[in-house]
Amino acid sequence: MSRLKLFIPLMIFVVLAVFFWRGLSLDPTDMPSALIDRPMPAFSLPTVNDATRVVSEGDLKGEVTLLNVWATWCISCRVEHPYLVELAAQGVKIVGVNYKDDVQEAQKWLKNLHNPYVYSIVDADGRLGIDLGVFGAPETYVLDRQGVIRYKHVGVIDDKVWTEEIKPIVDALKKG
Amino acid sequence: MVPEYGHYALILAFCLAVVLSVVPLWGAHTGNRNMMATGRSLSVGMFAFVAISFACLVYSFLQDDFSVAYIANQSNSLLPVQYKVSAVWGGHEGSLLLWVLILAGWTLSVALFSKQMPLDMVARVLSVMGMIAVGFCAFVLFTSNPFDRLLPNAPADGSDLNPLLQDPGLIIHPPMLYMGYVGFSVVFAFAIAALLSGRLDSAWSRWSRPWTTIAWVFLTLGIALGSWWAYYELGWGGWWFWDPVENASFLPWLVGTALIHSLAVTEKRGVFKSWTLLLAIFAFSLSLLGTFLVRSGVLTSVHAFAADPERGVFILGFLAVVVGGSLTLYALKAPSVKSAASFEWISRESFLLANNVLLVVAAGTILLGTLYPLIADALNWGKISVGPPYFNFFFTPLMALVAVLMGVAALVNWKRSNLSTLWKWLKTPIAMSLILGGILPLFIGEEYSFSAALAIALGSWIILSMVTDVFYRLRNSKGFVKAFTKLPLSYKGMLIAHIGVAFTLLGASLNTIYSDHRDLRMAPGERLEQGGYEYLFKELVELRGPNYLASRGIIEVYQDGKQVDVLHPEKRRYFSGGNLMTEAGINAGFWRDLYVALGEPLDNGAWAVRIHYKPFVRWIWLGAILMGLGGLLAVLDKRYRQKVTQKRASKVALESASTTRAPSAS
Repeated sequence: MSRLKLFIPLMIFVVLAVFFWRGLSLDPTDMPSALIDRPMPAFSLPTVNDATRVVSEGDLKGEVTLLNVWATWCISCRVEHPYLVELAAQGVKIVGVNYKDDVQEAQKWLKNLHNPYVYSIVDADGRLGIDLGVFGAPETYVLDRQGVIRYKHVGVIDDKVWTEEIKPIVDALKKG
Repeated sequence: MVPEYGHYALILAFCLAVVLSVVPLWGAHTGNRNMMATGRSLSVGMFAFVAISFACLVYSFLQDDFSVAYIANQSNSLLPVQYKVSAVWGGHEGSLLLWVLILAGWTLSVALFSKQMPLDMVARVLSVMGMIAVGFCAFVLFTSNPFDRLLPNAPADGSDLNPLLQDPGLIIHPPMLYMGYVGFSVVFAFAIAALLSGRLDSAWSRWSRPWTTIAWVFLTLGIALGSWWAYYELGWGGWWFWDPVENASFLPWLVGTALIHSLAVTEKRGVFKSWTLLLAIFAFSLSLLGTFLVRSGVLTSVHAFAADPERGVFILGFLAVVVGGSLTLYALKAPSVKSAASFEWISRESFLLANNVLLVVAAGTILLGTLYPLIADALNWGKISVGPPYFNFFFTPLMALVAVLMGVAALVNWKRSNLSTLWKWLKTPIAMSLILGGILPLFIGEEYSFSAALAIALGSWIILSMVTDVFYRLRNSKGFVKAFTKLPLSYKGMLIAHIGVAFTLLGASLNTIYSDHRDLRMAPGERLEQGGYEYLFKELVELRGPNYLASRGIIEVYQDGKQVDVLHPEKRRYFSGGNLMTEAGINAGFWRDLYVALGEPLDNGAWAVRIHYKPFVRWIWLGAILMGLGGLLAVLDKRYRQKVTQKRASKVALESASTTRAPSAS
């Protein structure tokens, strides 16, 4: 029996290795591609700065919109934030999804760091996040005028990502 | 041609590694001394060729040879020279070559500094290190060749090193970390050699100890450097984020810390043998696991290298061979190294074992938290991220327990201790630390903090119990100072390292409790008051750096009307890629840091400015430096440099069998 005990570390490693093997074929930054070209999932949630204002997927229609998932606990969101402010100043419509966050902290953040969002949807328990296939923050979705998800970017948006990846899509959608 | 020479040298190094991993081991198996003796020369040759290969890559970087794909990705002609060198390890391929270089360096050191070891042991150890080198050389050559060319269409200029990495702290952070990670390969090789030969005596532990300690010193300093860098470079005053990559470096550290102590027990008392072996395997396995997590893209992290599934498959295969193989060997052969001596509940052995278990449990919970997103994803539980609350919840109480036990472990005797003697000596430090913990929070901060009271009590308990231990040790000596200087270097190292732990503990907890920051709008000419200091936003200037444009704020800090410092926080925009970077302006002090970072420009020349008051933050890194210094002193202890004859070896065994305390540290 005590000899079998010595195999425990090996067993644990084998189990972990199976997970790693599985993990290699899963891309953590990849979302279920099924959502691309699908309409925005249904939701009805309040906003960060006005808890009485309830928004739904219908509010996202009409204009090409960036849906940016952020949170105050997210390091990379801080990195990304100034660039979003810059984009908003250029007239890009950005709607925030405040993901699994504390609303008061989020309000403070928007007050202190500037608010690039038209409004930020409060997704306190991450439900909308699950429907969207959010892995973590920041993530940004491009929605067309009909509220259909056209693109998803995982990670920080910087100048390079914007000009090379997202802007061409946004421009094409605006034209179309 | 230089990159091709580098490539060629690496292929030769790979071939030598293959020979190294077979011939000396076969010699040890068959008792052929000539074959065993090849280990040393093969190690020298392997190191020489890896060094040539690495030098070729550095040279190509300095020459701005952008026809090499890796250099085109990592460097830029405008990059300052020191960053051109550090850009060599700024990306996946080059950092892996650095890994190989350091591995070859450790192998070389074992070959050079093993004169007193039996030849068959040297041969086995070098062969195991050769096997690891085979794996890593193959990894570089087959999946991540830094010498690949972009021909015939070489770009005119490179796309620049990630600006986050263009920083003095980051020039030495990766090499230090790798020295630590790879350093654990030595004790790993010792463990495999012990399992292969079935021989694990106190001489074995004495050989392994300095190698383990020095690797641990590098890892400690490497982690501290990374944390310090994150603090001043990322611009929001945090110093630890429980990011997967940070955890990947912290896991081997925790297990390595356990290993150092377990090795001490194995050397002095001949117990915990199979536990020591297991920890040695774990420490290096976790280093490899870190490499896998960072480079395969299975987890998302701020540090992650460009992910490539092919590389992931390679490392996973390598991991399976190294970890799976060594754990199988362990399961089969561990019974042959059974410990014989016994000890009682109140003994240093059991206290060290308890701390060992706590450290491993801490490592286990961090490992689980780090891997949980991956496990949940693989089981289709959805995509989940695990954040700081989880880690803090488990880690803090575990470390508090470690701190409590640490103070006792130093003072308690080997084998068995008398509870009343222990109490006689410990009651003073216990009372004093409780009083300090209760009173000091009254003078810090506005509200009384019970967590601060606990942290101060624990921190002062560690320091006071160490001081008590010195008095206990010198209780029968005349002339305190003279007697103290005569104590062995390794004992002083132990004291310093443990006091370092206290400093880090105090710094980390008090900083977390008492930090304060404000985000404000400030226009040039504006003054404001924060935490007893007055900040004057004098002006904003634009400057041009070698490869960026910066807005630099000039902020004067006053206390009681007297100028304390002028801070220069910057916001930089790098030419290539247009990345924005924040350089914080920091006034560092022993008790507190004043930390100012520029946010973003607002209207009319005003800026969003973030002002942090960071008390005790330096203690975190001061503690790490003390830990490193302590480890260094322990390694320099002369008993590791003495020629150990058979006579002395048996004397050590005799010493450890008696109940008196050996006069050296553990």
